[in-house]
Amino acid sequence: MKQLRLIPAALLLVAPLLQAAPLDTGKSQINFTMKQLNVPVTGNFKKFSGTVVLDLKKPEAGKADISIDTASISLPTAEAVGEAKKADWFNVAKFPSARFVSSSIKNLGGGKLQVAGKLTIKGNTRDVTAPFTARQEGALTVVEGVLPVSRLAYKIGEGDWADTGTVADEVQIKFKVAIPAGK
Amino acid sequence: MKSSERYSSPAIALHWLIAGLIIATFIAGLLVSGLPLSPAKFKYIAWHKWAGITILALVAVRLLVRLLKRPPALPAHMNGLERLLAHGGHLALYLLMFAVPLTGWLMSSAYGFPVVLFKLVQLPDLVAQNEQLAATLKTVHETLNWIMAACVAGHVLAAIKHHVIDKDGMLYRMSLRGPRE
Repeated sequence: MKQLRLIPAALLLVAPLLQAAPLDTGKSQINFTMKQLNVPVTGNFKKFSGTVVLDLKKPEAGKADISIDTASISLPTAEAVGEAKKADWFNVAKFPSARFVSSSIKNLGGGKLQVAGKLTIKGNTRDVTAPFTARQEGALTVVEGVLPVSRLAYKIGEGDWADTGTVADEVQIKFKVAIPAGK
Repeated sequence: MKSSERYSSPAIALHWLIAGLIIATFIAGLLVSGLPLSPAKFKYIAWHKWAGITILALVAVRLLVRLLKRPPALPAHMNGLERLLAHGGHLALYLLMFAVPLTGWLMSSAYGFPVVLFKLVQLPDLVAQNEQLAATLKTVHETLNWIMAACVAGHVLAAIKHHVIDKDGMLYRMSLRGPRE
């Protein structure tokens, strides 16, 4: 056990030399909840990949670069999935991926952290910040947080769908990212 | 016809209110189910659900009223079979008035689109999200609706028979105004 505990410390020393670890997609989730006339509707993206570096002892040095396959969107009905892929929504034919690249990670204290970065969806890039928590689960570092975004800032839902009375502008993106320990 | 032979005022008010809501909600449901996805469809579905839950609540009140205040006796001229049909028909209508909105609520839960009454109160999900179960419940909801439509048609035809053929003044039991003196 003692040896295992030493590994992150050892990693810290060589961190700049290491390649960032690809995240464990099987244990990671990217869900989102939007409100349709106040009805919470939840969906998720089944396919995404990326690399995340996060040392809980030195979170400020962490980095994240995550790409999401927009066509892997899942919603409660097949009809909704078909609609979400169309040009008015994600336009997956033209914009097959969305991407988040972190710029900084802050330690807010009390086990809370905050990541700032650039989120690109449908060719629109916006600065975002999201509070998150991180914990060690065996060999994995598990990060969980919620990122509220304005769907209209990314032109998600154009034309008739821009009406926020039907589909609210704010969408909560809930992320759970499992980062394996580097080699 | 004496006023004592009429349904109680709350029962009469609820009968017509629920009748109007059922017809409107039935037609709305029928029209909405054929629409392609659009913001308008979301709105119509929401209204349809609100109306359905309102009907469910009103039917519960109506059942309570019926249990507290027994309906007037059936006309003496009705034979055994007619009485059986009348009671059976009313029993079926009551069961359906509960079952139709409940299956709608169930299918909403199964689809993962919870019911948020009047945009204010989120009702609990009755079952976990499951698209296959949702599709089955949709079929059940639709089938029960058509059975209810048949029962309502039978109900209306029976009322017309009493009024036109039997001329027993039965319609006045449930009319909003009593018979002219």
